Amino acid sequence: MILLIILLPLIGFALNGIMGNKLPKSIVGIIGSGAVLGSFILTCILFNQVANTGAIEYSLFQWISIGNMQIEFSFLVDQLSVWMMTIITGIGFLIHVYSIGYMHDDEGFSRFFAYLNLFIFSMLLLVMGSNYLILFIGWEGVGLCSYLLIGFWYKNVAYGHAARKAFIMNRIGDLGLLLGIFLMFDTFGTIQYKEVFEFASSGSYSTERLTLITLLLFVGAMGKSAQIPLYTWLPDAMAGPTPVSALIHAATMVTAGIYLIVRSKVLYTLSPTTLDVVLYVGLATSLFAAFIGLRQNDIKKVLAYSTVSQLGLMFVALGVGAYSSGMFHVTTHAFFKALLFLGAGSVIHAMSGEQDIRKMGGLKGTLKITHITFLIGTLAIIGFPLFSGFFSKDEILAKVFEHSPILWAVALFSSFITGVYMLRMYFVTFWGSFRGTEDQKHHLHESPISMTFPLMVLAVLSLVGGIINLPHLMGHSVSEKLHHWLSQIKDVAVEHHAALSVDMELMLMGIAIVMVLCTLVACYIIYNKKENLPVEDYKQNSLASFIGNKFYVDELYHRIFVRPTEIASNLFYKIIDVSIIDGIVNGIGNIAVNVSKVIRFIQNGNIEFYFLAMVLAIVVILSRFIF
Amino acid sequence: MQLLLIPGITQEHYLWLSAILFSIGVTGVLIRRNAIILLMCIELMLNAVNLLFAAFSTYLSDSNGQIFVFFIMVVAAAEAAVGLAILILTYRNSRTTEVTYWDKLKW
Amino acid sequence: MELILLPFIAAFITFMAKGKTAKLVAILSASFQLVLTAIMLFKFNAAGNTNFELNYPWIPQMGINFRIGFDGISMMLAILTNILSFLIIFSSNRDENDRAGLFYGLILLMQSALIGVFTSLNGFVFYLFWELALIPIYLICGIWGEGSNKIQITLKFFIYTFAGSLLMLASLIYLAAHANGSFDYEALFQAQLSDAESLLVALGFFIAFAIKMPVFPFHTWQPQTYTMAPAQGSMLLSGIMLKMGVYGVIRWMIPLVPKGVIQFQSTIIILAIIGIVYGAIIAIRQNDLKKIIAYSSFSHVGLIAAGAFVFSLQGIQGSMIQMFCHGINIVGLFFAIDIIEKRTGTRDIKELGGIVSSAPRFAILFMVVLLGSVAVPLTNGFIGEFLLLKAVFDYQAILALVAGLTVIFCAVYMLRIYQLAIFGEVKEKTTNFEDLNWMEFTTLGIIGILVLAIGVYPQWLLNLTEASVMNLIK
Repeated sequence: MILLIILLPLIGFALNGIMGNKLPKSIVGIIGSGAVLGSFILTCILFNQVANTGAIEYSLFQWISIGNMQIEFSFLVDQLSVWMMTIITGIGFLIHVYSIGYMHDDEGFSRFFAYLNLFIFSMLLLVMGSNYLILFIGWEGVGLCSYLLIGFWYKNVAYGHAARKAFIMNRIGDLGLLLGIFLMFDTFGTIQYKEVFEFASSGSYSTERLTLITLLLFVGAMGKSAQIPLYTWLPDAMAGPTPVSALIHAATMVTAGIYLIVRSKVLYTLSPTTLDVVLYVGLATSLFAAFIGLRQNDIKKVLAYSTVSQLGLMFVALGVGAYSSGMFHVTTHAFFKALLFLGAGSVIHAMSGEQDIRKMGGLKGTLKITHITFLIGTLAIIGFPLFSGFFSKDEILAKVFEHSPILWAVALFSSFITGVYMLRMYFVTFWGSFRGTEDQKHHLHESPISMTFPLMVLAVLSLVGGIINLPHLMGHSVSEKLHHWLSQIKDVAVEHHAALSVDMELMLMGIAIVMVLCTLVACYIIYNKKENLPVEDYKQNSLASFIGNKFYVDELYHRIFVRPTEIASNLFYKIIDVSIIDGIVNGIGNIAVNVSKVIRFIQNGNIEFYFLAMVLAIVVILSRFIF
Repeated sequence: MQLLLIPGITQEHYLWLSAILFSIGVTGVLIRRNAIILLMCIELMLNAVNLLFAAFSTYLSDSNGQIFVFFIMVVAAAEAAVGLAILILTYRNSRTTEVTYWDKLKW
Repeated sequence: MELILLPFIAAFITFMAKGKTAKLVAILSASFQLVLTAIMLFKFNAAGNTNFELNYPWIPQMGINFRIGFDGISMMLAILTNILSFLIIFSSNRDENDRAGLFYGLILLMQSALIGVFTSLNGFVFYLFWELALIPIYLICGIWGEGSNKIQITLKFFIYTFAGSLLMLASLIYLAAHANGSFDYEALFQAQLSDAESLLVALGFFIAFAIKMPVFPFHTWQPQTYTMAPAQGSMLLSGIMLKMGVYGVIRWMIPLVPKGVIQFQSTIIILAIIGIVYGAIIAIRQNDLKKIIAYSSFSHVGLIAAGAFVFSLQGIQGSMIQMFCHGINIVGLFFAIDIIEKRTGTRDIKELGGIVSSAPRFAILFMVVLLGSVAVPLTNGFIGEFLLLKAVFDYQAILALVAGLTVIFCAVYMLRIYQLAIFGEVKEKTTNFEDLNWMEFTTLGIIGILVLAIGVYPQWLLNLTEASVMNLIK
C-alpha cells in the first residue's frame, strides 16, 4: 500500500506525460486529480494504521551498496511522515481540482498535470524515505518540478530566469545537504534515520561534529524553505501558474526544510549552537520579508513575502526547540496560505490576468465566494482569535517568550507587520471602488465550481484547523493533539513542556489579540475609509522605494556572485585557456617548427652537396681512427 | 709466403690501384653533373672495391672475398639496370641528365 | 577475442562496401557484437577473477604475449563500448558522396581497438591497441571535420596525445626491463623500483592518461577537437575514448607504481578539482553548444579523475559507474546537438529558441539526458556523482566542498542551454523545427531509458565491477 501511494502520482505523471496531449482535457484532469485522490484515500487508511500499530517500515531494494556503504531504497512511515503525507495529498488533491478550472484554457494542460503529479510523487518520496538519501531524491525532485512549473509558460524569458534562479539557489542548499549527508556517513557510518538517531543519542559523538552536520543540513533547509540568504528565489517563483504557487511555494515544498529539521530533531537538540542559528535566521527572515511585503503591489508577491515571513516564524519555533509547534504552524499555514493563493488565483482569473492590486478594488461585490474565503484566509494568517493561525502563531509566540522575552517582542512585531500588509492587500483588493479598465469590469465573474469548491474546503480548514493542537489550558482531553501524536515517534529527544503559568499565557494571548484588533481597525480606516491607495512607484519617498525594491538584495547578489562568475568565466576562457595554457602547448609545437625551419636549408636537394658532405664526414671519421 | 698470380706485382700494387680507382670514382661523382657519368663513377668505385676483395681473397687464401665480388657484381648490375631505367624516365620528363636539375625533393 | 576480431574484420568489409550497404554491414556487425556481449555477460562470473582469458605467445623473446581477458572492469567498459558504437553507427547518416564505407569502417576499427585497450593484459598489447585507437579517430576528425583549420586541430590532437603515449611506452618498457623483461600484467608487478624511479615511471603514465582524459591543464586540445569533429567523432572521443585515460589510471598506473603515484597523489587530485570548477565556470558563458558540452565533459571528467586517484573502493566504483553513465549522457547530448545543428544550421544558442513548441518529443528526451548530466537523483549521473563526491569527501572534506560546486555550476550552464535553446520565443531558425524521426527517436529513447534505468537501479552495474575493484585496491 505504501508503494501504491507513491506510485499512483507517478502513474498519473506517466499517463499524462506520454499521451496527455491526445486525451481530452476532462480525462487528463480526472487522471491527474484521481491519482492524487487515490493517494489521499490510501494515506488516510495508512494514517489509521499508524495510529493503531505505530511506524511502518517498508524496504524496496538495495539501492547502492559498496563495501560497507549500504543504502536501501526503503520507506519509513511514522507519525510525522503520515502527517505530512496527509497534508500533501489532501491539499494536493484540492489544488489539482482547482487547476482543472484555472488552467482550462491553457494549451499545456496535460503537461501541467503531468508536472503536478510528478511533484506529488517527489514530495511523497521526500517525506516517506527512511534515510537521508531517499529524502535527498525527493528533495531534488521537488526542486526539479518547481523549476519546470515556475517556467511553465516557457515562452516568457523572465519566467525562465525565475525558474533557473529557483533551481540554482535550491542547488546551493542541496550541496550543503549533500555534504551534511557525507559528514553523517563519515561520523555514523550510516544514514538510516533510525540508526543515526540511535547512535547520536548514545552521546559518544562530539558536539562540534553534530553541530557541523546540523548546520550543513540547515543550509539545505535554507535553500528549500527560502530563508536568508537564499530566499530571493521564492518571490520570483510567483512567475508560475497560481496553483503551483499555492501547492509548491506555500503549502508543501517550502516546508520541506522544516520537515528535515523536525525529522532530525534528535541531532538538533544535541547541538544548541545550531538551534540558535536556526532561531536567529528564522527571526531575521521573518522580520525582513515582512518589511518587504509592506511595499509590494503584486497580489502574489505580497503572498510570497508573507510565505517567506511565515516560514521564518516556523524556523523560530524550531529554533526554540518547539518542534511540534513548528509542525502545527506548517499545517495551519498550509491551509490558509493555499487558500489565499487560490483566492488570489481566482481574483487574477476574474481580472483576466491582472496581478497589480492598485488596479483592483471593490471586488467583494462580484466575487462573493472568493471574497469570503479570502477574508477567512486573511484573518487566519493575521491571527484573528479562534482562527487556525491564531492558535499556531500564539503557541510559537508563547514558546519564544519562554526562551527570551526580547525575541518574543521582535516576533510579535513581525506578526504585527504581517497583519498590516495582509489587511492592506485585502482592503485594497476587495473594498473601495473598481480601478481597472472597462474591459476587465465587463469580464469580472465568479470562478467556476471546480475553483470555488477547493476554496470553500480550505476556508473551513483554516477556520477550524486550530483544533488539532489547542493550547493545553483548554483542558487536557482536547488540547495538544498534534503534539501527542508526534511525540509517539520513538528515539525522540524529550521536548520540554510549557513552563509558563496559565496566567502568563493568557496575558500573552491577550496582548496578541489586542494587537490584531488594533491593526484591523487601523487598516480599515487607512485603506478603506480614507481610500489611502498605494502610490505609483515614482512618487514614493526614498525609504519606501528602498523597501519596495526589496532592499536591493537581488542587485547585491548579482554584483557579488553572478557578475564575478561571469567575469571569471570570460577571463578563464579568453586569457588562461586560450592564451596561456594553449599558448604554452602551441608554443612547444612552434619551437619544433621553428627549429626545423632553420635546419631544413641543409637539405637543398643537391646530390653533390650531399655526397660532398658524406665524403668529408668519412674523411673526418677516418682521420680520427688513423691519427 | 704469399702466392702471386703475376710475378713482380705485389699486394701493395693492388692496394694502390684500388685506391686510385676509388678516388677517381669519388672525384667523378663530386665534380661531374651528368647522371650517366655519375653512374659510371659509382661503378668505378664498386669495381675498386671488387678488386680489393679479390686481391685480399688471394692474399688470405679465403674464398669468401671472391664470393662477395660476385655478389657485388650482381648488385651492381641490378643497380645499373634500375638506375638507367630511372634515368631514362627522368630524361623523358626533363630532357636533361644533369643531376642538379632534380632538386625538387628538398624540404 | 571475438569481440575484437569481429569489428576488425567487419571494418575491412565495410571499407569496401558502398553507401547504404556500408551502414547495413556496420549495423549488422555492431548488433552481432551486442548479442555476443550479452552472451558473454550471461556467462560472466563477477567474482573478480579474469574471464575468457586468451594467451598466445607472440614475441616471446621480448616477453610479449597476446594476452587478453575480461574482469568486471573490462566487461563494463566493453559493454559501454559496444552499446555506444551501436548507437553511434545507428544514429549517423552518411551517404555515398561522403565515403560512407570508409566512415563506418573506421568506427568499427575504433570499436575493435577500444575493446582491445580495455581487455589487454600485456603492457605491449595495451600500448598497441592504445595507438591503434588513435588512428581511426584521427582520420574521422581529419576527413569529416568542419572548419578551415580542421587539419591543424586534428594534427595538434594527434601529436599531443601521441606524445603522451610515447611517455607511457617509455614507462612500460622501463617497467618491463625491471620485471625480467616481461610485459605481462602480473609480471610487471614484480618490478622493484626505487622511489625516484617509480615517480618517473608514474609521471610517464600520468602524462599519457592526463592528456587523454583530459586533466587540467592538459585539456586545451579537447574543446577545439570536439567543436571541429563531426558529431560521431565527438561521441567517440568523449563517450569512449576519454575513458581509456581513466581506465589506464585504474588498471595500469596506480596498481603498477603505487609508490610513485602516492608522491603526487594530492597534486593530481587538486589539479582534477581545479579542472572541475574551471571547466564549469568557462562553460557558463560559452554560446557554442558543442563548446559548452566539451567544457562540461572536461569538468565531469575532472571529478571522475579525482575519484580514481583517491583510489578507495567508493572512489573507483564511483568513477567506474560515472564513466559508464557519462559515456551514455554525453553521447546523448552530442546527438541532440547534432539534431539541432542539422535542422537549424547553427549551434549558437543565442540564435535558437522555442524548440519545444514544434518538437515536444525531442524536448522531453533532451531534458532527460540533460538531467542525467546535471545529476538529478534517479538519473544515472547522480549515482556516480554521489559516490565520487563522497570518495573525495573522505579523502579531504574541504576538497569535496570545492568539487561539489559542480552541483551548482552544472545546473547553471545546462539549464542555460535548455532555457535558451528549447524554451523561450521561437526564433527565425527554429520555426520549422521538425520533431524526431523514428531513427532519432529510437536512439535518444534508448539513451533516455538507460539514463533512468541505471539511476533507479544502479546495483547491477556496481555488482559487476565490485569484486574486480576489490582485487585492484587490495
